[in-house]
Amino acid sequence: MALMRITSPHAHGPMSTSKVMLNVLLATIPGIVVLTHFFGFGTIVNILWGSVVALACEALALKLRRRPLGFYLKDYSALVTATLLCVALPPYSPWWLIAVGIASAILLAKHLYGGLGYNPFNPAMVGYVVLLISFPIQMTAWAPPRGVGELPGLMQALQACFTPAAFDGATMATPLDLLKQNNSLLVKDLWRQSPQFGRWAGIGWEWANLAFLAGGAWLLYRRIFTWHAPLAMLAGLALMAALFNDGGSSASGGSPLFHLLSGATMFGAFFIVTDPVTSAVSVRGRLIYGAMIGILVYIIRVRGNYPDAVAFAVLIMNFAAPFIDYYTQPRTYGHQRGEGEK
Amino acid sequence: MRKVFDFHGGIHPPENKYQSVRTPIADAGIPPQLIIPLSQHIGAPAVPVVAAGDTVLKGQLIAEPKGFVSVPLHAPTSGTIVAIEERQIAHPSGYQAPCIVIASDFNDEWIPHSGTRDYRNLDKAQLIERIRAAGIAGMGGAGFPTAAKLSVREGVKIDTLVINGTECEPYITADDILMRERATQIVAGTLILQQLIEPSATLIGVEDNKPEGLAALRSAAEGTAVEIVEFPTKYPSGGEKQLIEILTGKQVPSGGLPADVGVICQNVATAVAVYDAVVLGRPLISRITTVTGEAVAQPQNFEVLLGTPMSYLLALAGYQPQKNRRLIMGGPMMGFTLPSPDVPIVKTTNCLLAPTEIELPTPTPAQACIRCGMCAQACPASLLPQQMFWFAQGKEFEKLENHNLFDCIECGACSWVCPSNIPLVQYYRASKAEILQLRRDNEKSEQARIRFEARQERLAAADAEKEAKRAARKKAAEERALQAAADGGEEDPIQAAIERAKAKKAAQVAGAADENELEKLEKAVVTTRKRLETASGKLEQAKTEGSDLVAALQTGVDKTRAKLNAAENALHDYQLANSDAPMENAAPTDAAQAAIERAMAARSAEAALSPSEKARAQLEKLQVRLEKSRAKLAESRDSGAEEKIIEALESTVERLSEKIAAAEQELQATEGA
Repeated sequence: MALMRITSPHAHGPMSTSKVMLNVLLATIPGIVVLTHFFGFGTIVNILWGSVVALACEALALKLRRRPLGFYLKDYSALVTATLLCVALPPYSPWWLIAVGIASAILLAKHLYGGLGYNPFNPAMVGYVVLLISFPIQMTAWAPPRGVGELPGLMQALQACFTPAAFDGATMATPLDLLKQNNSLLVKDLWRQSPQFGRWAGIGWEWANLAFLAGGAWLLYRRIFTWHAPLAMLAGLALMAALFNDGGSSASGGSPLFHLLSGATMFGAFFIVTDPVTSAVSVRGRLIYGAMIGILVYIIRVRGNYPDAVAFAVLIMNFAAPFIDYYTQPRTYGHQRGEGEK
Repeated sequence: MRKVFDFHGGIHPPENKYQSVRTPIADAGIPPQLIIPLSQHIGAPAVPVVAAGDTVLKGQLIAEPKGFVSVPLHAPTSGTIVAIEERQIAHPSGYQAPCIVIASDFNDEWIPHSGTRDYRNLDKAQLIERIRAAGIAGMGGAGFPTAAKLSVREGVKIDTLVINGTECEPYITADDILMRERATQIVAGTLILQQLIEPSATLIGVEDNKPEGLAALRSAAEGTAVEIVEFPTKYPSGGEKQLIEILTGKQVPSGGLPADVGVICQNVATAVAVYDAVVLGRPLISRITTVTGEAVAQPQNFEVLLGTPMSYLLALAGYQPQKNRRLIMGGPMMGFTLPSPDVPIVKTTNCLLAPTEIELPTPTPAQACIRCGMCAQACPASLLPQQMFWFAQGKEFEKLENHNLFDCIECGACSWVCPSNIPLVQYYRASKAEILQLRRDNEKSEQARIRFEARQERLAAADAEKEAKRAARKKAAEERALQAAADGGEEDPIQAAIERAKAKKAAQVAGAADENELEKLEKAVVTTRKRLETASGKLEQAKTEGSDLVAALQTGVDKTRAKLNAAENALHDYQLANSDAPMENAAPTDAAQAAIERAMAARSAEAALSPSEKARAQLEKLQVRLEKSRAKLAESRDSGAEEKIIEALESTVERLSEKIAAAEQELQATEGA
């Protein structure tokens, strides 16, 4: 038998792209469990239906692009996109809303640009923003958390998804909404008046954020990504909240802790900002990228017109990532700092 | 404790070193045949000083270095030179190269040799000469000739001598076992190098995964000025640049040498080779090679004679070829695959790795790059491999160079960590090669441009000169005319000319004009013939080279031929006119005529030839020329002619060989057509 002739290195490490994606999927479980506990089965139904649509879209795109189906479906990237988008959608979303969002994410944001690795924008966030702009009513209809309203059961959740006309679920403003709409009450009074607020932020939200933080910490421990971008984002957001926190007047933007544990903060920091494809790559670049997202999240949350801001902040910084990379090349061994930046 | 530094990146692949250090170094013995490549590493190939049929003793010089960055070769055992011929060698491209083949006589009889324990009495030049004469080249990897590396330029101060016992590459244990078993020789060799370089610090750097080797070195170095430095295991800390950063905290400037930061780095095995050369007087004829991998039954280290076929060594370790699909020289990170197990061990063969398919699986197809940046975290040169991968795919060479592609040491850490299994190093290697090729091409076309411009300038200058002369002549003539007019016009210029001519004729008649005239005519014929010959030769050469001067030369030849005809006619006429002229004068003319006719016949014959016949004739001519040049080269080598002349002859031979190759191709093409 002829000897094989290939070039070095001949050994390969244990990591694979499929494993990276699987790890990310596993790390979302704590957050999904907490969301389900506080808001019912809506999120899980979202994810299951979203995954089916995502795999179908991925397969369609691969077929149209004449790529081998098995090889590319095995990388689990479509499932990750579906899971991330469906976690971000309000529970009990109708089937068509999810389908439109997933199709935008997989077909528009990913495969039109050349598939995995070539997309300049985070597909899940593109899908989210398409829906937010197109269907603002459905997208801002969050269910009341456990203890505040009645939680629908599994059957009702399925009904909400597939026969939305027959489903009559209660919806409620989120804590972030409440704080933004408020212009007459001190934060302390608002807190007392609204049943949605919990210990540090919204009921359910605070625990969901902590659960996503736990999942992110596990990914950090597994070295799936580095700490730079997520921690920079959290620091940027907390810093902005601390700077503009006036102690609780009616015009207050909210405390740093409130912002860290509200909305999609932790989910965004550890599952969206860390998307390697669309973020900056150098260490310094990731610090800048993350911090800028944190700052933008605060500005859009407090000054913007939308209830949450992670998706917009991430998309804006996706634009900037190549620019940041260009100016943050690390100093190569044996070079003086700055000489590479021509 | 000396402070050790860290370098950026690095990885921790499975070490797999324990398999091959369970038994002591084994002697591989004498194989029936040894194959010694003339070129084993960086630097010019050596030149054989023996011929087929010669008997040699162990340690006898068999090839001399050629130039500064080159080392001699010695017979690894006693025996007979069987051949000096092309053999397949251990090279990534698997090509063949000239080798000296020795049939062992199994007596292993040494040539008289002696070293000196009192090397302290030797001066630096003598020490370097001994190292050079022993044929020592770096035994860690690239194999840079050691004497050249130790010859520090005037005015450069080396303050740290680093001896590299890191051996960070998985599987390889040749240095590890050397440190365990021969620590005394390592330290002794290090002390010789220390005397040579006079650094303020001498460090032997070893990774902390070799506790036995560290202990042996520490006890051997007790009481000397050699410091043993232990540092955490991480691949590729054994890379010269990385080791220097670990031990000194300094970085070798990009494109520079360790000497630029006051460091010289040598491998532990090189230190032992220096000890053997200086103290024992032994040239480098053997080395320690690890044979490992799951396709060998007894992984272990061998002391093996250089030139031993790898198949011989593999058999000693219980090689099971059916289990092995990929034979690697070196380690799994930077080693290269061998074309066949029959290539010989050379000075840089530190390891033979015969893995099974389960052990080192065939790479799976690459997935898309997700820009995860694990490669950038692993890169010991702080490059951005994922960006460079994009640029390499798009052949954006300028961007690649701006991202410091050429600082990549090809350690393979990026490929190892890549979750998408992209062969990154392969992209960088290919891009480097392409960029270097482009640079060479650019240089060539730049030179061509300069030559063309110079020629244009020269032609313009010649034209201008001509023009100036003509103007000057015109002016002079006008002045003369003016002068004449001024003189009163009494003297008619035509009349003057006639008178001058008359005077000339009278002088001719008065002298012994006849013989002179004949001689002159004859001479004219001979010189013109000579000129015709040279011109024809040049034309032929231009034709074979496909030069654009062919047309010009052709007209030159035609003109010269016309002149020759004219000269011959003149001679002939003269001879007829002087009927008493001797007849023998006709002979040379006839000879010349015959030569011309021969040339004409040859030309018309050539014209009549078919293209393939023409090409064959051309090829034969070239072969004759090559033979002649080769003979000349050999002759001048034997007679010890000047280096310059030999070089010139060598380049001629090379050029002719190239031309022959081209002609052969052409012949094939024409025959094919």
